[in-house]
Amino acid sequence: MSVQEQTIAHVHRDDIGTRMGMWLFLFTELLLFGGLFILYSIYRFQYQAEFHLAAKELNILVGTLNTAILLTSSLTMALSIAAIQRNKISLSIFFQLLTILLAFGFMINKYFEWSAKIHHGIYPDSDVLLAKPSGEIIFFGLYYVMTGLHGVHVIIGVVLISVMMRLTSKQVITSNNYVKLESAGLYWHLVDIIWIFLFPLFYLIT
Amino acid sequence: MSETIAVNSNGKHPNYIEYQGKHKGLAGWLLTTDHKRIGILYLIAITAFFLTGVTFGFLMRLELISPGRTIMDAQTYNSFFTLHGVIMIFLFVVPGIPSIFGNFFLPILIGAKDVFFPKLNLLSWYLYIFGGILAIISILLPGGPADTGWTFYIPYSVRTGTNVDLALFAAFVLGFSSILTGLNFITTVHRLRAPGMTWFKMPLSIWAFYSTAWVQVLATPIIGITVFMVAIERIFKVGLFDPALGGDPVLYQHLFWIYSHPAVYIMILPAMGIISEIIPVFARRTIFGYKFIAMSSIAIALFGSLVWGHHMFTAGMADASQFVFSLLTMVVAIPSAIKVFNWTATLYKGSILLETPMLFALAFIFLFTIGGLTGVMQGVLSVDIMVQDTSFIVAHFHYVMFGGTGFGLMAAMHYWFPKMFGKMYNKKVSKIAFWLIFIGFNITYFPMFIMGWLGMPRRYYDYLPEFHIYHLISTIGSWILVSGILLMVGNLIKALLSDKKFSEKNPWGGETLEWTIDTPPIHENFLEIPTVHAAPYEYKQNETTVLTNQEVK
Repeated sequence: MSVQEQTIAHVHRDDIGTRMGMWLFLFTELLLFGGLFILYSIYRFQYQAEFHLAAKELNILVGTLNTAILLTSSLTMALSIAAIQRNKISLSIFFQLLTILLAFGFMINKYFEWSAKIHHGIYPDSDVLLAKPSGEIIFFGLYYVMTGLHGVHVIIGVVLISVMMRLTSKQVITSNNYVKLESAGLYWHLVDIIWIFLFPLFYLIT
Repeated sequence: MSETIAVNSNGKHPNYIEYQGKHKGLAGWLLTTDHKRIGILYLIAITAFFLTGVTFGFLMRLELISPGRTIMDAQTYNSFFTLHGVIMIFLFVVPGIPSIFGNFFLPILIGAKDVFFPKLNLLSWYLYIFGGILAIISILLPGGPADTGWTFYIPYSVRTGTNVDLALFAAFVLGFSSILTGLNFITTVHRLRAPGMTWFKMPLSIWAFYSTAWVQVLATPIIGITVFMVAIERIFKVGLFDPALGGDPVLYQHLFWIYSHPAVYIMILPAMGIISEIIPVFARRTIFGYKFIAMSSIAIALFGSLVWGHHMFTAGMADASQFVFSLLTMVVAIPSAIKVFNWTATLYKGSILLETPMLFALAFIFLFTIGGLTGVMQGVLSVDIMVQDTSFIVAHFHYVMFGGTGFGLMAAMHYWFPKMFGKMYNKKVSKIAFWLIFIGFNITYFPMFIMGWLGMPRRYYDYLPEFHIYHLISTIGSWILVSGILLMVGNLIKALLSDKKFSEKNPWGGETLEWTIDTPPIHENFLEIPTVHAAPYEYKQNETTVLTNQEVK
C-alpha cells in the first residue's frame, strides 16, 4: 500500500483507482451472468426430471478437459504478472502467449463439442429438439446461450491479452507499471470463474 | 489528466470552449476527453432526443383528442407510444442529469480536474450515440417501429414482426453506456476528491450522483442480459421465456423490473441532488439535515432495488411476496419523504429568492409530492388491482418522472447555464416559460388521474364517450406544455447565440466549488487543486448557530 501511494505522488498515477474501476466492471459482468444463473436455477427447479435427462447427453470428458485447460490458463496468466513484477519481460510475454494458446485450445474443444450436438440435431428450433419435452428444450437453450456468452468472453479475453502482449513488448507495461496487465488478468480470472460454475451446473449435476 | 497545459493567451488560461488541444475545431469536440466538453456533447444529443420524444407524445395526445381515428391509425399509435417511451426513458430521463450535469459538474464540485477515466467517459458518449442511432434505424427500417411498449413484454415481443430486435439492441448498448458512466463516477468520487473534502463535506448532489452510479452499476447488467435474451429468443427460438417452448413469461417480467424499478431511482435521485443544491442557495440557508439527505439517497438506492415486484401484482405472484413487496414499497417512501421534509425545513425562515431555478425546484417539490403519494397509493395491494394498467399509472409516472426528473433537469439547466456557457438567459422570458410548463403540465396530466380512477386503460387507441372531456382537457394542456418547452429552449438558444458575455463567477451566491472558478471554467477547471475546509452551503448571514455546529467538524 505505502509503496503504491508513493508512486501516486511521483507519477500522478493511481493504480488503486484503476483496479477499483476494473473490479466494478467485473462485478457488472457477474451480474450479467447472474441473470442467466437465475433463469437456470428457476427452470432447474421447475423441470427437474428433464434437466436430469438432458444433462446426461453432455460429454463429461470434454467438459473436464476444458476445465483443466482454463484453470491452467489462469495459472499462466498469473505467472505472466509475477514475471513482469520481477522485470522478466520475455518470460511474461511467453506466459501471455501460453494463455492465449490455451484459450484457443478451449475454443477448439468447444467447437467440436457444439458441432457434435448440432450434428445430432440438437440445436434451438431443430425438429429433434422440438420433439423433446419443454424442460429439455430449455436445458439446451440455456446450454447454448450460457456457454455461448462465455465463449464470447473467452474471445474478448484473447483480444485483450494480445493487446497486453503488444504493450509488454513495447515496454508500456513494465515492472513498475503493470496495472493494465493486472486488469487483463483479473478479467481472465473472471472468465475462468464463470466456467467453474457452468461446468458443474451443466455437466456434473445429472 | 496528464495532457499538457494549454498555451497561455495574454497570460490567461483559455476557457474550455476556446481551448485548443491536440485536435482543432469539430475534432476537438468529438475526440475530447474533457469532461466539460463531453457534458456539452451529451446536452446536445439529449436535447435532440428529448424534443423527438416530446413530438411523439404531442402527436399521441392529439390523436386522443376525440374518440375514434383523428390523425393516425391504431398501429401507428402503438408505435408512437412505444417510441415515446423508449426514447424518453432510455435516451432522455436515464442518462439526462448524470450525463449532462454529472459529467460537467461532478469533477468540479469535488475539486478535481477531470473524471477518473476520461477516455472511458468519451466511449460512453459514443455508445450513447450508437444506441440512439440504432433506435432511429429501428424506426425507419421496413418492418416498422417496435409496437410493444417500452416494457417489451413477452410473449407479444417475440411474436410481433416489427423491428423489436434493433430496439432491444439499442437498449443493450445504452445500458452499457450507462454502466460505464456509473463506474466512472464511483471511482472518481472515491479517488479524486480534493484534499479536505471528506465524505460529509461533499455537496449533496455528489451523494445523489454517487448513489445513482451504484444503482447504474448494479442494476443495468440485469436489463442488459434480459433484453439480450429476448433478442436471442426472437432470433434462435431457444425457449428461455416463450411459453410455447416451456418458458415462463412472468420470469421475464421479474428480470425486466429488477432493473427497471431501480432505474426509476437512477432517474429521480440525481434530480433530488440538484434540488438539494438549489434550495439552500436561493433560500440563503444552510441545508437542514445534511446527513439525513445524504443517507436517504443511499437508502433510496438500497430499498429501491428491492421493490420491483409491485409492478407485477396482477401478473400472478404468491400472496406472501405480494405482501412483502407492498410493504417495501411503502418503506421506500420514507427516505423520499425525509428529503421533502428537509427541503421544506430549509425553506423555513429563509430569505427566498424566486429566481427561475428556484421556481423549478419548488415546482419539483410540489409535483414530486403528488407523484410520490399516488405511488404509495399504488403500493397498496387492493388499490393497485384497481388502477393497474390505467391512465392513473401514466399520470403517476409522469408526475414523478417529468414533474420530478424533468423539472429537476430544467432547474439544473437554469441554475448552471451561466457557468457552463458564460452567457445569461432572459430571466423574464424564462419565468414565463416556467409558468407555461407548470400550468400546462398539470392540465395535461392531472385529468389522467381522474379518468384512470374511473377506468380509462392506458395505451388504448380508442375510448368510451364518457372519457372524452378528460382527454380533451389533457390534450389542450399538452399544447400549453409544449409551447412552454419551446419558449424555454428558444430562450436558452437565443442566449447562447447572443454576443453578450457573462463572466460573473458567482451569480446566485452559491457556496460550492463551481462558483469559485472562472465563468466559463478554464480547461483544467482549477489552476491549483483547492483545499476544502468547510462543509457546503454555509450561509452565515441568515442562519442559527446550532445548524453550523452540526455541520462543521
